[in-house]
Amino acid sequence: MIKRFTIILITTLALTVNSYAGSDGELLLKKNDPSNVKDCFERLNRATFAFNQGLDGIVFEPVAKAYRILPSPVRTGISNSLNNLSNLVTVPNNILQGDFKEAGVNSGRFVLNTTVGLLGIFDVAEQMGFSEYEKEDYGQSLGTAGVGPGCYLVLPVLGPSTIRDTAGSVFNLMGGDPWYNVSVKNDTQYFNEKDYYVSRGTAGVDFRAKNIESFDNLEENAMDFYASVKSLYLQDRKQKILNSKGVIDTMDDSDWEEIEDN
Amino acid sequence: MFKKFIVLNYFIFSILLNLNLAHSIEPDIFVQSTVNRASDTLSGNNTKEERIEELKKIALDTVDIKGIGFYSLGKHRKGMSDEKKKEYYEVFKNYFLNSFSSRLAEYSNPVIEVNSKEKINDNYTIVSSTLAATDKRPAIKIDWRIYTKNPDKPLIRDLIIEGLSLARTQKEEFNSIIQSNDGSLEVLFENLKNFSNK
Repeated sequence: MIKRFTIILITTLALTVNSYAGSDGELLLKKNDPSNVKDCFERLNRATFAFNQGLDGIVFEPVAKAYRILPSPVRTGISNSLNNLSNLVTVPNNILQGDFKEAGVNSGRFVLNTTVGLLGIFDVAEQMGFSEYEKEDYGQSLGTAGVGPGCYLVLPVLGPSTIRDTAGSVFNLMGGDPWYNVSVKNDTQYFNEKDYYVSRGTAGVDFRAKNIESFDNLEENAMDFYASVKSLYLQDRKQKILNSKGVIDTMDDSDWEEIEDN
Repeated sequence: MFKKFIVLNYFIFSILLNLNLAHSIEPDIFVQSTVNRASDTLSGNNTKEERIEELKKIALDTVDIKGIGFYSLGKHRKGMSDEKKKEYYEVFKNYFLNSFSSRLAEYSNPVIEVNSKEKINDNYTIVSSTLAATDKRPAIKIDWRIYTKNPDKPLIRDLIIEGLSLARTQKEEFNSIIQSNDGSLEVLFENLKNFSNK
């Protein structure tokens, strides 16, 4: 059922967003520009956003605050371990994006951190001078292949997304995530469903704990919190799809030039 | 006599040139000095209200509030009368100063190190810096868009935190408010005023 749903979703997406491979950086920049992403389901999105905010206030924020009580080295170890696990999705996406060198580096990083780094608790690879780790996912790979984001979506519990990124996430459940495959999809004697859902839940709490002040600050100072979160999410995705750390590569300077005559 | 005149002229010209160069401020030095000013304010023994007032002064000196204000309006700026623009600027300035100072006033002694700068064109330089990690959060990369049209008076136009532009976020927030109210700028003005009076 999920498989069929995903195939339909990806096909629809590919047809509606005029997908094609080989688009250059400038086109990617334009296509993924937050101002070009339509909020087709705004009323529903705003309702889901309000629901998520309620849930955050009751569950995620208090849990994140409690998580912060853990000593800093413990939190770093958990965070490292979860990052290490995410290599299982990053490596196939490095390959899909044609970045074979990075796929090799991340495979080496995973092997090293899982073994010498005691299941990823210690980031041995970083100590050895490996390049900074950049997560990749199927939504980013679709974006790199020229698939536009489609409409903006707010998913219950999971938060901001787009049709393309949602399709990418669903692909994880169809065999794209080896960690899901060995813990949930296939019955192995080493891992079970609980391991997968605990790891995903902990990743959410870890992210929330790192951003408590930023979220509070943003919420307190925003006149339209929904619009601010949407903008930040779409900017972040654009940057990740372009795989650029340079501000100049992701900013459209004409935005600023238009105010010169004031 | 003529030689003396030339030498004197050359001497005066050199002094003027040096004076002019002395006033030109490099964007990275400008950012570091601004950060140091804000850091001194935040780490002092001032009350929260005193901090806020001092931070507002720093913003007035170093931020292009007018530029950010009109950038934030985007396409809605076109067609505004001069009178409306003037009104908007006043409302936006109050909003910006309140928002800016209350955001920063909560921080105590932030450590920001300026790393590098990259000139985009004659008008803009991006200065890269890092906000040092604490035991609660990791280090944060902050880029500053510095408006350098007048090199003697560089101004901050945007903060880009981990690649996310605050000015861009504000522009999209304003656009959302205007669009959800049938393109009415008045509703945005009301929102800005209400925020300033919080």
